[in-house]
Amino acid sequence: MTGTKQKEPQAAAAQPGPGGHFGTFGGRFVPETLMAPLEALEEAYTEARQDPAFQMELDELLATYAGRPTALYFARRLSEKLGAKIYLKREDLLHTGAHKINNCLGQVLLARRMGKSRIIAETGAGQHGVATATVCALFGMQCVVYMGEEDMRRQRLNVFRMRLLGARVEGVAAGSRTLKDAISEAMRDWVTNVSNTHYLLGSALGAHPYPMMVRDFHRVIGVEARRQMLEREGRLPHTIYACVGGGSNAIGIFHAFLEDKDVRLVGIEAGGRGPNPGDHAARFSGGAPGVLHGAYSYLLQDDDGQVSLTHSVSAGLDYAMVGPEHALLQQQGRAEYTSIRDEEALEAARLLAHLEGIIPALESAHAVAEAIRRAPSAPDEVHLVNLSGRGDKDIDIYRENFVELDAQGSDYAH
Amino acid sequence: MRISELFARKRKEGKPALVAYITAGDPSPARTADLVAALERGGVDLVELGVPFSDPVADGPVIQAASERALAAGTRLSIVLEIAEQVRRHSQMPLLLFSYLNPVMRYGVKALAHDAKQAGVDGVLLTDLTVEEADSTVKVLRKAGLDTVFLAAPTSTERRMKLVAQHSSGFVYLVSRTGVTGERDALSSSLDELIASLRKATDLPLAVGFGISTPQQAAAAGRIADGVVVGSAFVRIIEKHGGAKNLEKRLEDFARSLANALNGAPA
Repeated sequence: MTGTKQKEPQAAAAQPGPGGHFGTFGGRFVPETLMAPLEALEEAYTEARQDPAFQMELDELLATYAGRPTALYFARRLSEKLGAKIYLKREDLLHTGAHKINNCLGQVLLARRMGKSRIIAETGAGQHGVATATVCALFGMQCVVYMGEEDMRRQRLNVFRMRLLGARVEGVAAGSRTLKDAISEAMRDWVTNVSNTHYLLGSALGAHPYPMMVRDFHRVIGVEARRQMLEREGRLPHTIYACVGGGSNAIGIFHAFLEDKDVRLVGIEAGGRGPNPGDHAARFSGGAPGVLHGAYSYLLQDDDGQVSLTHSVSAGLDYAMVGPEHALLQQQGRAEYTSIRDEEALEAARLLAHLEGIIPALESAHAVAEAIRRAPSAPDEVHLVNLSGRGDKDIDIYRENFVELDAQGSDYAH
Repeated sequence: MRISELFARKRKEGKPALVAYITAGDPSPARTADLVAALERGGVDLVELGVPFSDPVADGPVIQAASERALAAGTRLSIVLEIAEQVRRHSQMPLLLFSYLNPVMRYGVKALAHDAKQAGVDGVLLTDLTVEEADSTVKVLRKAGLDTVFLAAPTSTERRMKLVAQHSSGFVYLVSRTGVTGERDALSSSLDELIASLRKATDLPLAVGFGISTPQQAAAAGRIADGVVVGSAFVRIIEKHGGAKNLEKRLEDFARSLANALNGAPA
């Protein structure tokens, strides 16, 4: 088992193969018009990551603007209840309320370096949209965020936040009116305005170099958590939990632990209403490898190769494809992937709120729920949950689902 | 090789080829072969049969809506191949299958190569298959006797134009402007330059598309290209008049107006 004398994780993150392949996954599958811009982006990013000045500016912003490092918190009451040690990596404490700001700061600096004046982004839950609008305000860049109309309805608070920050939010009425359609629309914008526009993609998805670059910008989560855990517990965690929509917070915390073979990595997808097609976003159990939005990875699709509709109470997990590096980690058996249903996630959120005074984002509540499910059968172990975001944006949904709280005082779990 | 023969014949005549795109299965799979026949009567030289896809990122609203209608009407890749077969019973016009990659991967590239050839399809264009990822697919399709057409774009560097040309056979499809498919008010002003640089990379015929919707635009593009692709303008007619009995006549008339414009324009 892992002991106290851990070697530091490798300084440089593992790189995908030529062409951006993670094993057979990843790659570049886009209309030709986008190929030259992707090549230019890769080149600019490769230069930037080797430039100490770039890294220094980013580190400074992460520390003074975003609020890094984030705390590693020992969840005492939850641990007592479950009979095992539960730690939370508090990405929810970051500016704008989720891990998304890590990547946005990195990419906006890159966009400036490339001389782009206009930023576009997609958003599901609105967290990436808010983080993008925020960094655009910070640097005085024009900002357009594409968001499915269904997501605008269920995350209306974030829509307003983006507008308050000076961004234009474009509703997308196509398809399922969720994240998938927002990405398609953002790609159409990019292909049209490619000369002055940077597409600030918000997850470890899409064509190379995005999955690698987004991962690198979030890798700080795992690097911090690993160090903090060693300081606090004198050992590494047995199991790490992270929710997986595209998979950016998960790859961010997993990556620094990949070489620590004894650390179990668990990604949690949206189990939605259940296993029927269209009721969930569990790509590994319900999907098959395919191509969408620039990458080859596990995809929920029908027998004709049409992309399936998805459902999750959490807009940020409601997407038909998983990031390509996760597909490789699953294939290698280095990480395992499971799913949590809507009602389990809601219940986990309520429990965390009552026991720890922390209202998690619905996405992160999926990771909490999996820890709740597993921890009682592993009482001597240390469990680390990446609490990727806070639940302020989800208050409307919590309210819809916990109607009894509006009617009476709570008598839950005192 | 119907595609190469077409462009060779057109070159000899000194006229550009008229290429039409329609989404197969819109308004219904049963009607598509008749629409193709109408296009041919109107003077279309090559038809691109679009395979509808749930997430057509390269397409503007007109073709997105057509995809949705075709999918709602039950269109799938196997049915598009049946449509090609129906067309082939009565016509020797070249047919190009125009698809996003995922439906083809799901069908199986080998199975598609075989079945498409059997159905009388002449070539395949896969919108989101980049040349970097294309080697095995190109091999399989060519082995089955199908042409592989790739897109060149205004953003393509000289190196990329060469790669696109190397992977293409039959012709190269030049995207005339950055952006998605759809009608535009004016032709791209940089088209001359773009064609000139692509000609340096290849001797293959060049067909120009994206944003060409009127006889005037077609004629202008036809003066410098070997083929002119019109898509959304046809699809819009289908959208507007899909329920009407005279849809075929409308398509034929519009095709004729484009063909006349091209034929009046010495290449």
